[in-house]
Amino acid sequence: MQKNLTTRAVIIVVTILVCVIGIIGLPTSKADLINNLKTHIRLGLDLKGGSRLVMEVQVEDAVKMDGQQTIERLQQAASKQGIVWNSAEVTGLSDPATVEDADHVAVVIKGVNPAKASDFRNLVATEAPTYILTTLNSTDYSLKLTPSDLSELKKQAVQGAIDTISNRINDLGVAETSVQQYGQSGADYQILIELPGIDDAAHAKEVIGTTAVLSITGVDKTHDTPFTSREDAMAKLGGVLPLNEKLVKAKPRVGGQVDEWYLVGSIPVITGRDMRSARAGQGDTPRTWQTSFTLSQEGGRKFARFTGDHVGDKLAVILDNDIVNVATINERIEDSGRIMGLSSQEEATDLARYLRSGSLPARVTTVFENSVGPSLGADSIHQGIVSGVVGTLAVVVVMLLYYKRSGVNAVLALFLNTVVLLAAISYFHAALTLPGIAGVILTIGMAVDSNVLIFERIREELRTGKGTFAAVDTGFNKAFLTIVDTHVTTVVSCAFLFLFGEGPVRGFAVTLTIGLIANVFTAVFVSRTIFNWELSGRRGTEPLSI
Amino acid sequence: MELFKNTNYDFLGKKWPFIIASVVLSVAGLTSIIAKGGLKYGIDFKEGTLIQVKFANPPQDNKIRAAMLQKVKGEVSVQDLSGNGVVNTVEIQTEAKGQGEREMNANQAVMRSVLTDTFGQPNSGKMDLNNTSAEELANRLRDPLARAGVAMSEQQLQTLVNNILGEINDHHSGLITNFDELRSVPGMNSGIMNTLQQECYLAPFHVNTAQMVGPKVGAKLRQKALFATLYALAGMLVYIAFRFEWIYGLGAVIACFHDTLITIGLFSLFNKEISMTVIAALLTLVGYSMNDTIVIFDRIRENLKFSRKESLEAVMNRAVNQTLSRTIMTSGLTFLTVIALFIWGGPVLNGFSFALVCGIIVGTYSSVFVASPIVLFWHNYADARRKPAPGGPAGPKAPAGGPSAPRVETVRKNSTKAVR
Repeated sequence: MQKNLTTRAVIIVVTILVCVIGIIGLPTSKADLINNLKTHIRLGLDLKGGSRLVMEVQVEDAVKMDGQQTIERLQQAASKQGIVWNSAEVTGLSDPATVEDADHVAVVIKGVNPAKASDFRNLVATEAPTYILTTLNSTDYSLKLTPSDLSELKKQAVQGAIDTISNRINDLGVAETSVQQYGQSGADYQILIELPGIDDAAHAKEVIGTTAVLSITGVDKTHDTPFTSREDAMAKLGGVLPLNEKLVKAKPRVGGQVDEWYLVGSIPVITGRDMRSARAGQGDTPRTWQTSFTLSQEGGRKFARFTGDHVGDKLAVILDNDIVNVATINERIEDSGRIMGLSSQEEATDLARYLRSGSLPARVTTVFENSVGPSLGADSIHQGIVSGVVGTLAVVVVMLLYYKRSGVNAVLALFLNTVVLLAAISYFHAALTLPGIAGVILTIGMAVDSNVLIFERIREELRTGKGTFAAVDTGFNKAFLTIVDTHVTTVVSCAFLFLFGEGPVRGFAVTLTIGLIANVFTAVFVSRTIFNWELSGRRGTEPLSI
Repeated sequence: MELFKNTNYDFLGKKWPFIIASVVLSVAGLTSIIAKGGLKYGIDFKEGTLIQVKFANPPQDNKIRAAMLQKVKGEVSVQDLSGNGVVNTVEIQTEAKGQGEREMNANQAVMRSVLTDTFGQPNSGKMDLNNTSAEELANRLRDPLARAGVAMSEQQLQTLVNNILGEINDHHSGLITNFDELRSVPGMNSGIMNTLQQECYLAPFHVNTAQMVGPKVGAKLRQKALFATLYALAGMLVYIAFRFEWIYGLGAVIACFHDTLITIGLFSLFNKEISMTVIAALLTLVGYSMNDTIVIFDRIRENLKFSRKESLEAVMNRAVNQTLSRTIMTSGLTFLTVIALFIWGGPVLNGFSFALVCGIIVGTYSSVFVASPIVLFWHNYADARRKPAPGGPAGPKAPAGGPSAPRVETVRKNSTKAVR
């Protein structure tokens, strides 16, 4: 019995230590302690303030774009083979278009010379292998994406949007953001975005949804070498920022030690909207790399005018307020150009990605938004804590009055339960949300219940005239069965809530499950150990304070 | 201290008044729901746009409504939330009747700009410090500070901006009326203060919360929450059926359903909104109620093992009496925590704690007066059916005492098997 008791005590102490470290870490000062507490017990968006957005990727845009590119490709190849047609257009989009329209998009080509019908079929087979050709009549045809290619294209559009949005949000410099597929991949085209600390979702939506965050702009002619800091720049400029120009910091290069700041024009020459595509490739001379890009017609015109006037000057590629590349203009560039002399393949690929990420594959529309201001969150936390403390105190007082010494036992178990629960939240990197607190409250309720069940059972056994040892033993054993039943039932329901629910409902289920497991440990194992320890020094005839 | 020692109340004999009360409450709730044309959903589940705005002075609801109606498409409702610790706060809501996501997004922007036009200084060219983000403020101040000759690194600027907004949010509930309130901000000096006053103004309102639920998401959220709850109930039914007997599972689930129905009915009667947090509260009360029911069922099962001669009703009554002390203690203690939450928990937790206050009361009595009677009725019914026509040989051990007396063998058999 004594040895058994020691083993139990060791298990309990180790558990408490692990839990306490999980919650507050190993602090060396008071500030450290508060800081650890804040990082370990993360608060959800509803408590801390922040935005939760669900955005729908308008996949029909991507399908339409693919149709248009296919038309261009076919036209180029057809002109070489002498095949002509009267008209080619993308059809099947309602106005305004919806994601459902993506399935009806078709390329309709009219007026193909019947004599060239078989040539035309061959052309489509080689140039547009992802499309199925349907004959409408002797001169008109309709092309539709195969179902598997269509679904692949839509998935890619969603994934592309997720990548682009992640990039942009990372550059916002907010911690703990998350961007993920919302709903089922391939069937839903929605993205869930969580931005803790950002309550101004209007601005966030702008950053996420605009296609113009990438810009290319000229570097000031007289100051085209980088400054080492903002202060350095201001000193060299005589403390005054020139009109229509701004200072932008370059993204730190790999191995680069010194910060680089450039003075650039505040009005961009071209933006991400003008960017068609970009890819990395080998340069003309050995061991150099380059990134080539193509611009839209309008963008090409603007770029040609600017580069024509500024041969020999520098231009900066800016993505989300950071310069990602500075290059010298060698000649007038129209709709396609290349940035040469890059030192590594990685640099070239990165640059291509930056250029591409300037354009989302499709528009995104906000379909859900929930933004809680940090001031409201602070009030909620404060009120939650006050009411939580009052409630807990009331429970403690009643327990102590009603069950006397054994009440202390219950209060200890209750306290330990909360500690284990908080530690689990910390170790799992879960966030505490309002529904999560609901789970905590139910856990505390069930923890109180477990103790009450046990105590009432012990009292009953004592009333039948049993000795203290026997009464405690029988009381625990009989109550244990009931506790298992109530807990397993609740865990079963939590499993279903987790599987079929989402967001808040899931948070509730997770917290509750952890709490229930902790409760079986504290109410049955810990409480039993304390009873045994109390009883170990006495005889069975002494009355128990219960 | 012991309050309920060896009680012997005839709970199941007094079931009818309670069952009638349950029926009345359920019907009243249902009638209210139907009369009001469905439940009042919170914005989580309802399609529409909502902003919650805190004003510096008591808000003029009519002025807000009139200004909104001019610019915003569709119906606009302005609700004053003041009271219960909340001051000068209104909720402005538009319903999305036949609107798509794009119109709703536009509406939200319009609502903000109407507020600025009506209460702010839209033409001053300055930035509203009460409704801005850290990034916007940093961008706004960066160059003017440099021009004013205040030397500051980017790091220092970010810290300053966060300190300013932190002061406003944490100590002034997001809304200040005088720049002097920022004097205590760390790093504040007269140069910064001058620039701040040149670049910013203080609108007499602060947008606390903004929400938008598009038609696609609203329906999906409602559906998912409903199905998750139904599946959870089904899961519990199966587990209890496995541990006890199927009728016990059914009784427990019906009791939970009854509690949820009455609570939702009360929400409708008191004109409260069903939001996502309320759903969490409903799930919590299902947990409480189920817990309560199982404790009593467990005791019934245990008693059945040892007392083979008693009627089922007597066994149930004894189980309820034996667990009475525990029932009162547990419900009383949980009620204490919940009532504290209801009184001091603030507006965000109000719906949540209201659901739990109702749920604990209803959930406690439903275990005794709904779940147990269902089991009893079924066994009486099954026994009566098994009994041959009058005049024939009597059924096994069926006492002549009428419908309240019979017992069923399967209960005992199953229970001993399960307990072993």
